[in-house]
Amino acid sequence: MRLMCGRERSSGRLAFPPPNDPESFDPAELPKHGYLWSFTVQRIAPKSPPYRGTLPFAPFAIGYVELPGALIIETRLAGLDFGNLHIGMPLELTALPLYTDADGTMVLTYAFRPQRTAGS
Amino acid sequence: MSDVFIVGIGIHPFGRTDNRSGLQQGEFAVRAALADADLDWADMQFAFGGSDASGKADTLVTQLGQTTIPFVNVLNGCATGGAALFGAYSAIKSQEFELGIALGFDKHPRGAFDPKPVDWGLPEWYGEAGMMVTTQFFAIKLRRYMELYGITPLALARVAEKAYYNGARAPHAWRRAPVDIDTILNSSMVNDPLTKFMFCSPSEGGVALVLAGEKKARELARADVRLKAVAMRSRPPGSFEVFAPAMEIDRGPSTTMIASKAAFEMAGIGPHDIDVAQLQDTESGAEIMHMAENGFCADGQQEAWLADGRSRLDGTLPINTDGGCLACGEPIGASGLRQVYENVVQLRGAGGARQVPRKARTAYSHVYGAPGVSAVVILEC
Repeated sequence: MRLMCGRERSSGRLAFPPPNDPESFDPAELPKHGYLWSFTVQRIAPKSPPYRGTLPFAPFAIGYVELPGALIIETRLAGLDFGNLHIGMPLELTALPLYTDADGTMVLTYAFRPQRTAGS
Repeated sequence: MSDVFIVGIGIHPFGRTDNRSGLQQGEFAVRAALADADLDWADMQFAFGGSDASGKADTLVTQLGQTTIPFVNVLNGCATGGAALFGAYSAIKSQEFELGIALGFDKHPRGAFDPKPVDWGLPEWYGEAGMMVTTQFFAIKLRRYMELYGITPLALARVAEKAYYNGARAPHAWRRAPVDIDTILNSSMVNDPLTKFMFCSPSEGGVALVLAGEKKARELARADVRLKAVAMRSRPPGSFEVFAPAMEIDRGPSTTMIASKAAFEMAGIGPHDIDVAQLQDTESGAEIMHMAENGFCADGQQEAWLADGRSRLDGTLPINTDGGCLACGEPIGASGLRQVYENVVQLRGAGGARQVPRKARTAYSHVYGAPGVSAVVILEC
């Protein structure tokens, strides 16, 4: 699993989500490991649409992860107890089931979880 | 160059008014401001007005009079009112016009705002994954700030308690009952660390301000409240704003810091010269962070400020004297103009039960909106 961003050819600047602009941006891969920059817990179901989470609603953690040398990106946080969240904790990229589409397809989103493997 | 004065103010009470549309609340505020200025709609040479969700301001000419004046509609998120004032101020400052009006109103359905990703240039997945929620931004920004600068949940509760205390004394406020610290701390968590009573809610209301050039203001014998600065800025690189899927690792100043600095330079005074302030308080932590971003204290000093009551009505710098967004709710189009309305009331000494006891000669207001817009207004009398 890889998380992609765009790298602007003229400036080297990274952009996430990757802009749909192949004239100006090359695809680039974001680091798979980073550190929790800040966070909150979403205690109340966001309005649907646009939100499409599995029902019944369960509170989820959300925050920003600093990916060294790249960007600070917004992300769902997975596989942790809310009480253990702390700024600076090491995180790694994972996938999170978001909802099941009308045709039965499981739709995933990127997420970050507490680091389980040796850091890179 | 001549200065610009506020010669009339009008407000439609904030909160819920079931039998009146947003546009009608805007009209109510315009008529109140004209009455306050002892002027007629026919005297207005231009208008800048806006609402986020309650219709087009310029259609009000049907009710107010089809005098054929230029009427510019403004739409800048939570800073819509600030943007309308910026337009009106600039029109008079340029000396193209000498008398005009800025207005804002809104009437939002109950519950949280309901933004759509496509309207913000964001992909659908951003909303599907549960990120299109403004309250998350405030909580996430605040969590980091609290960790970096040692701000406690008690300080958050103190801001909210002050807001409801002041709101109980302001006739135009929505929440008119005091709420104690324990109730605020123990109310249900919305976005950690922020509880229900620490957030403002979308509401309804309208505000209008009549502006005049110096010559006209003197003719009207209303040359008392002077607009010393109106500065509006959009977000710079490296700032952290609402609805940001990513940001640069090299952090920069916020749009508020930039707008504040510009306003103080225009006014030729500094934060220590301000007697009363209205700061964007979408939630308790926003007021705390905006105290520092607007230059009134250093990061982290807010904890002691709040413990000492320095931002209460009788403190050294009263903040959000009408209860701010927490007590008035946030009708997006009207909110930034409400702050200026309240500052004019305070400068006139007309605040009644919420009047700051020390004579106020300077007043500061700061509105902030998505996706990173700040407008700062400094008044002097």
